[in-house]
Amino acid sequence: MDTLITQYSRPAFHDEGYSQEDQQELSQVTPPLSLKFALPPVAQSSAWLRSMTDDYSNPSCPIKIAHGTTTLAFRFKGGIIVATDSRATAGNWIASQTVKKVIEINNCLLGTMAGGAADCQYWLAYLGMQCRLHELRHKRRISVAAASKILANLVYSYKGMGLSMGTMCAGVTPQEGPALYYIDSDGTRLAGNLFCVGSGQTFAYGVLDAEYNYDLSDDAALELGRRSILAATHRDAYSGGFINLYHVKEDGWVKHGFSDTNPIFWKTKLEKGEFSNVTADLG
Amino acid sequence: MASVFSGAPPQGGPGYSFSQTRIATSSGIREHSFYPYTDNGGSTLGVSGADFTILAGDTRSTSGYNINTRYAPKLFKIGGEGPDGTGARIVLSVVGFAADGDALKERLDTIVKMYKYQHGKPMSVAACAQRLSHILYNKRFFPYYVHAILGGLDEEGRGALYSYDPVGSYEREQCRAAGAAASLIMPFLDNQVNFKNQYIPGSGVGHALEQRVPEPLPRKDVEELVKDAFTSAVERHIEVGDGLQMMIITKEGIQETFSELKKD
Repeated sequence: MDTLITQYSRPAFHDEGYSQEDQQELSQVTPPLSLKFALPPVAQSSAWLRSMTDDYSNPSCPIKIAHGTTTLAFRFKGGIIVATDSRATAGNWIASQTVKKVIEINNCLLGTMAGGAADCQYWLAYLGMQCRLHELRHKRRISVAAASKILANLVYSYKGMGLSMGTMCAGVTPQEGPALYYIDSDGTRLAGNLFCVGSGQTFAYGVLDAEYNYDLSDDAALELGRRSILAATHRDAYSGGFINLYHVKEDGWVKHGFSDTNPIFWKTKLEKGEFSNVTADLG
Repeated sequence: MASVFSGAPPQGGPGYSFSQTRIATSSGIREHSFYPYTDNGGSTLGVSGADFTILAGDTRSTSGYNINTRYAPKLFKIGGEGPDGTGARIVLSVVGFAADGDALKERLDTIVKMYKYQHGKPMSVAACAQRLSHILYNKRFFPYYVHAILGGLDEEGRGALYSYDPVGSYEREQCRAAGAAASLIMPFLDNQVNFKNQYIPGSGVGHALEQRVPEPLPRKDVEELVKDAFTSAVERHIEVGDGLQMMIITKEGIQETFSELKKD
């Protein structure tokens, strides 16, 4: 009799909460490293890929992937400023001057793009999808910390395969306030107040570190973001094109234009007397 | 003892007839180099207008200094029926390695057709553009050696043009040149389509000069620009020539034209 009872009875809360499969799915947000991506038929696929696509180690590589950037983001009392240039280079060739390097993950999360353009575009879109799924599962928005960790864990699982990305996640959530994270393809994930990423990062840091203050007003902060990118486009040949400016506030991000650097440069020079190393003489 | 005065250069040192020191070959196991790509040359370009998109490509196919054929199309109709691609609304152009380009075209064409059968409506260009990006990125670690340009009309009926890098980063643009002569054609397009470095005459002197504002060009002007771009590229690039294939996408459908280019 006892054996019959145990055979047909179940634990009281067996059907409640998440099933084993659901839990598995929730804890494993990254797809298993599988046959999803085609791989070349060689033993060292990453070395092969490098020989084909890395124009830094092999300037005559056949496949030139779009690269090169200056991006910055900093936290201040009014939220977060995100600013980027818009140039993409493939070797010495300027592949585009109109790249959108700020990726709108959702209406209060932004990602920035440095390194491989395709890597950033694809994986930040993927992150956007995961963030939406998180919202639907938990009935509240994902924290910036969690979102950035999804990306960090993802790129870490591909470590050594040849991904190239340096990205910042900026967003505001009720529980964290304004939050800023730096994630790169090595697997680094850092929280911080101020980051510059890309080939022009040093030039941007030069201006940003000198003028940065947490108590900046909104307008001063936007101008500092713009001016730092301008400095980078001036000194770094791999940066240029347009300045893309965003302000992340408590109720979401606001776009502050996609503006040509050339008129801004001349305005800065002629009206403020900066860039005195450049002559304004047209004669 | 004779070997002492043999006159041969010391082992591992610089050789007589080579300016560079020969590096001793490692004795370990070496893998045969895997090089699955050939650059088939040629060039493509696309321009989008207010209610049309034009894609064009030369039809020469080369490998090294050899011309394989004078007619190998680089433009493909996507999602059409039968061998002529009847009813297609999207055009893909690929330049780089022709075999990869062909494989890519077949993949995208199949997907767009499957979409139509499953959903009972044609795929929008925006959706097709994103799908193409994902197809390219699926081979991130073994890339397609191609520069793709996708053209069509968007949901509002305006010309839509998307350009891609080999691993799928993409952007919607007004104009784009790709392939061997991209560096010759693109600056011309920047100037003539987006009016880069053009200023309004008499709008001022020196720094006060006003930039000419770009506006969508009429179809006839764009066709002329495309022809000029290619005839000029043929003059200065050995991998471009023989024939010019153009596809013009309007709400009436796709009109295909072919004209001759120099064959030397």
